[in-house]
Amino acid sequence: MAPENVTERRRRNWHLWAGFFLCLIAIPTYPFVFARFPITRDIPWVNFLFFGTGLGLLFCGLKRAFGQPQRYRGKTAGSISALFSVSALSLFCFLIFQTRHLPASAGAPRIGQKAPEFVLTDINNQPVSLTSLLSTPLAHSSAPAKGVLLVFYRGYW
Amino acid sequence: MRPVAISVDAPEVSRNLCRKKNYTYTFLSDPKADVIRSYDLVHPGAGINGQDIARPGEFLLDSSGVVRWRNLTEDFRVRARPEQIIEAAKALP
Repeated sequence: MAPENVTERRRRNWHLWAGFFLCLIAIPTYPFVFARFPITRDIPWVNFLFFGTGLGLLFCGLKRAFGQPQRYRGKTAGSISALFSVSALSLFCFLIFQTRHLPASAGAPRIGQKAPEFVLTDINNQPVSLTSLLSTPLAHSSAPAKGVLLVFYRGYW
Repeated sequence: MRPVAISVDAPEVSRNLCRKKNYTYTFLSDPKADVIRSYDLVHPGAGINGQDIARPGEFLLDSSGVVRWRNLTEDFRVRARPEQIIEAAKALP
């Protein structure tokens, strides 16, 4: 009898590896690449695309591994990769939506209100007051600035 | 228009940041978040060691210190674009 199934080696299931790879890079590429551009940072659609495509490929790969186990490998590795990828996607969603949990800041100065006075230390450890920022001339002119833009940020610690 | 950046970072931290990125504008330190609190921008415990930090916010003040434009983002990943600020600054008297 012709043992054609026995001699045919089981093939690598490239869908699984491609899918896993996409899901693996989907999270780190956000802070290192896509967060640099507002168009891909405000809504991380590229990263969601990586996850979507990755999970789709993993699903195809798993269908092959379980549906045709004689031809395709990857039942165990594929299942573990899929589990990891779904967890990664959940983590990513959680992290992204965390950034929306900001305090209401209802007491922040509104348009038309005078901004509260303050004195803070600059990078040379010198005290700087809001009044001086508003009245001191800018570096290359003799007139004070037309305005001051206060940018409060989270800090880098 | 004079930009002024304020956070809980210590002066040394801001100094390193300015040196690395060649920033020339004013950076101020509010380590205990007192001023941040007076502007009602405090985000309690959101710092990496549980310290109080500022939530992002920008205020454009005219020469008498009155707020003419402000931006309080609902999502700290989404920031005001430079064009928006420049538009607002052009409207200053």
